Amino acid sequence: MSLLEARGLSKRFGGLQAVHDLSFALAEGEMLGLIGPNGAGKTTAFNLLSGFLRPDAGSVSFRGRPLVGLKPHAICRLGLARTFQLVRPFPRMSALDNVKVGALARHAHPAAAAARAAAVLERVGLAGKQGVRAAGLTLAERKRLELARALATEPTLLLLDEVMAGLNPAETETMVQLIGRIHADGVSILLIEHNMRAVMALSHRILVLSFGERIAEGPPAAIANHPKVIEAYLGEEYVGTAPA
Amino acid sequence: MRWGGLAALLVLLALPAVLSSYAVTIFILIFFYAYLGQAWNIVGGYAGQLSAGHAAFVGVGGYTAAMLSNELGLTPWVGMFAGAALAAVLGGVIGYLGFRFGLRGFYFVLLTVAFAEVGRIAASNIDALGGALGLYITFTGDPRQFQFQDNRAYYYIALALLLLATGVAWAIERRRFGAYLAAIREDEGAAEALGVDTLRYKLLAMLVSSFLTGLGGTFYAFYLFSLQPNAVFGIPMSVEIILRPIVGGAGTLLGPILGSFILTPLGELSRFYFGQSGLYGAHLIAYGLLLIGVVLFLPEGAYPRLARALARRRARP
Repeated sequence: MSLLEARGLSKRFGGLQAVHDLSFALAEGEMLGLIGPNGAGKTTAFNLLSGFLRPDAGSVSFRGRPLVGLKPHAICRLGLARTFQLVRPFPRMSALDNVKVGALARHAHPAAAAARAAAVLERVGLAGKQGVRAAGLTLAERKRLELARALATEPTLLLLDEVMAGLNPAETETMVQLIGRIHADGVSILLIEHNMRAVMALSHRILVLSFGERIAEGPPAAIANHPKVIEAYLGEEYVGTAPA
Repeated sequence: MRWGGLAALLVLLALPAVLSSYAVTIFILIFFYAYLGQAWNIVGGYAGQLSAGHAAFVGVGGYTAAMLSNELGLTPWVGMFAGAALAAVLGGVIGYLGFRFGLRGFYFVLLTVAFAEVGRIAASNIDALGGALGLYITFTGDPRQFQFQDNRAYYYIALALLLLATGVAWAIERRRFGAYLAAIREDEGAAEALGVDTLRYKLLAMLVSSFLTGLGGTFYAFYLFSLQPNAVFGIPMSVEIILRPIVGGAGTLLGPILGSFILTPLGELSRFYFGQSGLYGAHLIAYGLLLIGVVLFLPEGAYPRLARALARRRARP
């Protein structure tokens, strides 16, 4: 049985069909990449899955439970956590307190949650930043903090929305390795990413969206040369020009 | 810090023995408005939901206890809890309307103001509640009826109320509830994504806050022996409640207390001096200037700045 299954998801904003009839499944232990040009509906799809938006049509099931109609906090507690594309740290709280909020979802006692948060911070390489206010962290650190907060809710499935955007190559490499380790520890991952090298390296399978619809799906190597994908990203005239 | 708090408490307990009657009155007002500010702080400071209508809870609490006492002879020592419970019901209604339908920022402010104004207009027009003249309580001096000959009794009651509210805020701060309120204040959507039931926790904060504020209404009624709709339900009362925690530091445990020690004497003294020289209302100008200064130079309030300065001094060898 798949861990996450979306069937016929649709969402319209006024005249814009942001997501149209989107269906896909994600298996337990899988790392699925979600790519597509800007405005393709990737983040909208995330918002539909995580309960921040209600779909106009379609259904989502997670570990066999329907999610549509549940609020984001309830979905998080079921084990589906997400990050935000534009990171949203609690700016006036310390890095530790930021992550503690996530850990409190599983450990109601603040001391236990703080201990758990410290461990998660260490895992993402922010052990030395515990007492620093989130507003005082660099972008790369804030991206890792965002990841740490989601991780602290002890998810089965992690939805990562462009966690590498804005990072330099060295930072990106660190992040790729970090995501790889999190996945190796048994967390299934759905990854929105514009960094092609990263998404190709990490994903088992890639789903391509364009104008709200699924245009291709398959292993990374096949996706890179898929004519529809090249058309969506570069335009029709480039189809067939890619080096084999 | 802990010893400092204990020492301050001992001083405050001993103080009435040496203070003049006028000074005791000032302290009663300091404690009482610090208490209301602390009650507001739970929803307005910690949770960051800017209620500008907390006067409604003072009014409902005070009118309930006064009516129960005047009409049924029920002692305010019991009536105060009935008033607080009714205030909490009103708080629950306002909170549910505001939070369920996602009213944020100015819209929530307007909603809370509107409820307080409805309360003011209703109290002014219902004859059974004394109409625009309000309610008067016959002075008997009977402690069982929450009435005291000696001003110092009110001093200790106001101090006890302040300690109660501060204890409640302290307990909230240390628990998951407090961490969740802080997360909601910082970024509600992000909090929701991390498993925080934001609607539930905001409502809980509103219930606790309105209950405590309602208790304060009884103190107000039986300290002044009268309730006027414009005074208890009016916007100036709501503003008085909000100013202290904002000046002292909203969302901090000591902010409302510090704010009240700054603002209340200032308000009273300037009212007294400007009033003597015939400049009625000039104290409001002094108030306004101070508020502008705080917003410009201490946007977090006085307490966070003070705490940092103290920490620096301690760190120095």
